[in-house]
Amino acid sequence: MPVNFFPAEFEVVRNADKCIKCRACERQCSNEVHYYDADYDKMLSKDSSCVDCQRCVCLCPTGALKIRPNENAFRKSANYTQQLMIENYRQAGTGAVLLSSMGTPKDYPIYWDKILINASQVTNPSIDPLREPMETKVFLGKKPSGIKKNPDGSINTEMTPYLELNTPIMFSAMSYGSISKNAHESLARAATELGTYYNTGEGGLHKDFYKYGPNTIVQVASGRFGVFKDYLDAGAAIEIKMGQGAKPGIGGHLPGAKIREDVSKTRMIPMGTDAISPAPHHDIYSIEDLRQLIFSLKEASEYKKPVIVKIAAVHNVAAIASGIARSGADIIAIDGFRGGTGAAPTRIRDNVGIPIELALAAVDQRLRDEGIRNEVSIVAAGSVRSASDCVKAIALGADAVYIATPTLLAMGCHLCRSCHAGKCNWGIATQRPDLVKRLNPDVGAQRLVNLVHAWDHEIKEIMGGMGINSVESLRGNRLMLRGIGLSQKELDILGILHAGE
Amino acid sequence: MLLKEGEIRIPSGCAISGLISRDGNRINGGEIVKSISYMHDRSNGLGGGFAGYGIYPEYKDYYAFHVFYNTNEARERTERFLDRHFDVINLSRIPTKKIPAIKNEPLIWRYFVNPLPTKIASSQLDEKEFVAKCVIRINNDIDGAYIFSSGKNMGVFKAVGFPEDVGEFYRLDEYDGYAWTSHGRYPTNTPGWWGGAHPFALLDYTIVHNGEISSYDANRRFIEMYGYKCTLLTDTEVITYIFDWLNRKQELSLEDIASIIAAPFWSEIEGYEKSEPEKAAKLKYFRNSFSSLLITGPFSIILGYTGGIMALNDRLKLRSMVVAEKKDVVYIASEECAIRAICPDCGNVWSPRGGEPVIINLSEEGKRKCL
Repeated sequence: MPVNFFPAEFEVVRNADKCIKCRACERQCSNEVHYYDADYDKMLSKDSSCVDCQRCVCLCPTGALKIRPNENAFRKSANYTQQLMIENYRQAGTGAVLLSSMGTPKDYPIYWDKILINASQVTNPSIDPLREPMETKVFLGKKPSGIKKNPDGSINTEMTPYLELNTPIMFSAMSYGSISKNAHESLARAATELGTYYNTGEGGLHKDFYKYGPNTIVQVASGRFGVFKDYLDAGAAIEIKMGQGAKPGIGGHLPGAKIREDVSKTRMIPMGTDAISPAPHHDIYSIEDLRQLIFSLKEASEYKKPVIVKIAAVHNVAAIASGIARSGADIIAIDGFRGGTGAAPTRIRDNVGIPIELALAAVDQRLRDEGIRNEVSIVAAGSVRSASDCVKAIALGADAVYIATPTLLAMGCHLCRSCHAGKCNWGIATQRPDLVKRLNPDVGAQRLVNLVHAWDHEIKEIMGGMGINSVESLRGNRLMLRGIGLSQKELDILGILHAGE
Repeated sequence: MLLKEGEIRIPSGCAISGLISRDGNRINGGEIVKSISYMHDRSNGLGGGFAGYGIYPEYKDYYAFHVFYNTNEARERTERFLDRHFDVINLSRIPTKKIPAIKNEPLIWRYFVNPLPTKIASSQLDEKEFVAKCVIRINNDIDGAYIFSSGKNMGVFKAVGFPEDVGEFYRLDEYDGYAWTSHGRYPTNTPGWWGGAHPFALLDYTIVHNGEISSYDANRRFIEMYGYKCTLLTDTEVITYIFDWLNRKQELSLEDIASIIAAPFWSEIEGYEKSEPEKAAKLKYFRNSFSSLLITGPFSIILGYTGGIMALNDRLKLRSMVVAEKKDVVYIASEECAIRAICPDCGNVWSPRGGEPVIINLSEEGKRKCL
């Protein structure tokens, strides 16, 4: 019998008194953890297959199940943690790169949680959003550098193409392929109802979803999957994906098993083949090449749509963003390193890139220092987890935010971080028809609408507390923020004072 | 240690008052002092000031610089700078009266100047821009020197003290002008510096402001992209720069500026979409293009400029402000008592709506007399 070098990560705890042996858990688990033993007339479990997705726990009609971390412990070391030891065993067994999903679970500083928001007292009244108008409409795109007049002296009110959002929250890129058709449909319908945008990701646009085009951002990534004229024409904006926060500097890999008929058609690649996006765009080896791609896409779409350039937050992000702002992009999306992913090499996800808070603050300040902040809008992404994170991002300088992980949570995801396995029990990160149908797009869309409505309400409450009644007066309003427990260097980069100052 | 204004942002409550004779009749400075004195309790003795227009008819083609100096050395450095860049027609101390209520005054000087044409040509700037740049440069670079008034045929007078005492100190009853604005300040801590009093001025624009804007840093960080440097960290300073940029540089009308800084709500703009689509398009264009210049939070301001004054409230009208008229004179004040004090039988007393600009310009007759 082969030696198993490491124990199961989780332990399935079943309360025998409560279990009625209905076998719902067995039917629900795509990882085949639960099984019925007829000889003993008992439900048993294969703990080593469990990913802690909580599907069985949520579906168990008698509440008989609990998943908890396996308490078995290797000898403690702060340097060689149990996790690190297991990863080495695993690699010694397979010889392969470690794969992970979703944002890094490592204990890096979360600057959102070290920033506090201001409120009015005495000298300036707070505003009650239930009694007074409170505005969260946002426009994304290039702004004119000054007034232009028509020959008759009136003001020329023509603008370059822009996006109009009813709330400063958009759904970030998740490709069809990495997530299911029902998940995409939920996002598309919710974005339409909310008056905001969802993003196709790099997997093309399913033919059934062209009707949601006015609320769709179509992405062009290094693999160019599914990119053709109708696709570019379908969206409200075109996003060039240069990088992703969770895996800066590398491309993507969608395993052949996920390339079933519809995905294959949408991506325009043969069924069953791996979809590999190269690390760089092979026509972009420098900033001037990016400019050419931006204008190629603008030409192809007849200058009717704004072009977004999405970059991962890396060390010299401010200089890169400045270059992009001068290259014809209308919007820059910056993706911080704590952002999610459907699959990334673990070592890259956990070690490459910088936090969105610092990247955003540095980019906004650099563009202002250079007097070109008006040339582009900034969208912050990569672990914007709540309405207060949104408020902080906007006050640091973002025009809007992209959220993805919270949208997955809204659809049922429990962050088991196993998307790369393709067996998502919640019907989100999978292409298995029996699993996909578990996510009802009617329910998914409604829950997404609820989530964003709730956040929008909270943003309005927080703004009202500060005496601000329109989100544009919050943007870049760093005086409304204070750091807590941060070094002077961190405060300087964030451009904020410390609490008490 | 207490920080000086500019090193720290100091919120203030305030009183404002202003008046203008449309026909250009010259009104004595004592009138505005009396008006603001009736709102004594809206100030706390830590700042008061006035702006008068049409007060230097004999020098009306020259820029009048009013300057605070901490030391004679700062004065000498400044005067050397002025000599290099300007033709100085006249210089003197500003006449003041020693009164117990006003203490610790700096050296207060006045210069009537015109920029040297050769310097303007080599700077490739227009005249006003050249003057503005010189003023900003002196204020930033010469320690202990601060030009607090720099327009033609107008002047700012301000100090730490109650406004009525400041008026007496500067002997404002010896000046006559077609328009006056005034300010009494209620800062929440001691600025201890005369430069921090209001009005704030750049060229002939002056602002008196009552309120505390919540959009301050968004506005500041935007306007600083266009060559301005907010050194005082006051609302008044940033609002003045916004007016300067939109009015002088972008050549927008004051009505249009009002619809940028106190923009109508989207619900109102949508209402125009059917009835007045062009108006709706323009308002949407402004809110999209100049979103960072929207000012939120309470404010009531009076902008003074050559030939007129403009009053404006924030769009929720979170600060009181009333307007009244008698014959050709229009009065504006935080409280009606300040108007009744100098014009008991004024008529047409009304409160402008939030975001509704009240713009009073000299009549043709007034222009002939004063400009």
